[in-house]
Amino acid sequence: MTPSTVYIGCGAGFSGDRLDAAIPVVNTLTKKKGPKYLIFETLAERTLALAQKQKQQDPNHGYSPFLEDYLRPILKTCAGSGIKIVSNFGAANPIGAAKKISEISAQLDCKNLRIAIILGDDLLNVFSSDEIRNHPTIEGLKINDQEIIAANAYLGARPIAEALRLGADIVVVGRCTDPALVLGPLINEFGWKENDWQHLAQGTMAGHLLECGAQVTGAYFADPGYKDVPNLAEVGFPIAEIKDDGSIIITKADETGGIVSEQTVKEQLLYEIHDPANYYTADVILDISKVSVEQIAANRVRVSGANGKPYPSTLKATVSINGGWMGEAEMTYAGPNALARAKLAIDVLKKRCQNLKTNYPIRFDILGTVSVHSGDMGPDNYDSFGIDGDYRVRIASKGQDKKIIERINQEMLSLYCSGPAAGGGFRQHLTDQIHTASILVDRDKVATKIEFI
Amino acid sequence: MTKPDLIVTRLHQVAHARAGDKGNRSNISLIPYNPNLYSLLKEQVTESRVLALFSHKGATKVTRYELPSLPAFNFVLDDALEGGVNSALNLDQHGKSLSSLLLTMDVKVPNDLISRLLSW
Repeated sequence: MTPSTVYIGCGAGFSGDRLDAAIPVVNTLTKKKGPKYLIFETLAERTLALAQKQKQQDPNHGYSPFLEDYLRPILKTCAGSGIKIVSNFGAANPIGAAKKISEISAQLDCKNLRIAIILGDDLLNVFSSDEIRNHPTIEGLKINDQEIIAANAYLGARPIAEALRLGADIVVVGRCTDPALVLGPLINEFGWKENDWQHLAQGTMAGHLLECGAQVTGAYFADPGYKDVPNLAEVGFPIAEIKDDGSIIITKADETGGIVSEQTVKEQLLYEIHDPANYYTADVILDISKVSVEQIAANRVRVSGANGKPYPSTLKATVSINGGWMGEAEMTYAGPNALARAKLAIDVLKKRCQNLKTNYPIRFDILGTVSVHSGDMGPDNYDSFGIDGDYRVRIASKGQDKKIIERINQEMLSLYCSGPAAGGGFRQHLTDQIHTASILVDRDKVATKIEFI
Repeated sequence: MTKPDLIVTRLHQVAHARAGDKGNRSNISLIPYNPNLYSLLKEQVTESRVLALFSHKGATKVTRYELPSLPAFNFVLDDALEGGVNSALNLDQHGKSLSSLLLTMDVKVPNDLISRLLSW
């Protein structure tokens, strides 16, 4: 029987999101009558490449590093209340993630949980590196002759729906479109057909609104005096209520901070959208150009008016390549004449870097706020430190040769004994860069497979 | 009825915005607090003015999409992220702070509308 309302909550909007955010979402979902789902979106463009590198070092790793932190507090309640979990935390190793979940569920005495894995996003199993390079890039950098670390297609919602239909309690994906985490459960519950563009568009829009977690409930939004948000420290993560006709209400977990308003929903609706009439996904081309939002109660916003067009013949894929090194180094000057000393430091650094005769790009910043002159608890009033300033000099550079980048950072370090008066607080980073590019691949070349463990 | 005086104010007083990134392309939404300001913003916050505001960052093209039913605008800024999250030397590689840069733009709005906004 088709349910009247499906409830879908979001527990994470990126790989480093609040570890305890899902708890109030799950507690709220347990009170709902009807199918209930919890999603975690934990895979940004570069996250998968980092995961791939981890997997190369240890074949048991390469899934979301926070998987256990996210799941352990809520898994038993979800299992007991029939809340199904869908996430892309499989990253480069969905099988490893599923094994880990199985281990955690055994420890928590959650019996008979069925864990499904969606495979097929990894294009290194489909194409040679040269074949991948031959695809033109649509976003990001050109794919040069650097080693390809990862290449993954964005899978759609159909395999997720199928895994749920086959009885999965938890669905682990590697790379899929973020809205598919929501659309998959909706297809499973409502049986929306592959050419039901209108409903698929509504479901995709619901996914788009949920996929970044608290960004639709007051986070990445608060601007004191203009856009005030109550209790941002305990911001509630979103829950969408979706009906068979595709109508969507966005709300949030009970007894939490944050706010769901027309404004928060509008901002998230347009987040990372280019042409609002043509948002390409694997399942549908979403048109939000005629969408309207309406506050129907406190923290409840109805969103309607999405339209859909047939999905494209291609799937988007992200290719990650080695990108050399990035160095960053910083030093602080504070107190009387601090800005002059910070400028002198920049002058010294520029001359020293000229001597290195490198053509690597180098950037010089002076960051100005209060830091080293305040205690561990921070200042009582950030405005009271404005007289002399507190300036942080920053240098950043990039290039293939790690030694040169290290040497540029070292020029900052040397300012301790060879630079202006009273410079302190040196920090440096040297980061192994991963570059990404987006390509379009023929969707017929990408075969998905569902496995249960 | 006399027309209300126009005053110059920053976009931040009358609209809110959010920035997102894909590769080296930034998108910034612009949403008036008062829907009645939509046509006025449409007149004043043009593609060329936005491009001028971001040209020092290397932006090469700005496309403005209009969403009158929200109402809101979506600005897509090509090459605005100094390489983007892949390779920008800027501290803010995603350009998440760029919405605040857009909101520094001056606009001329009727002063009676501003006073109404203050009681928003």
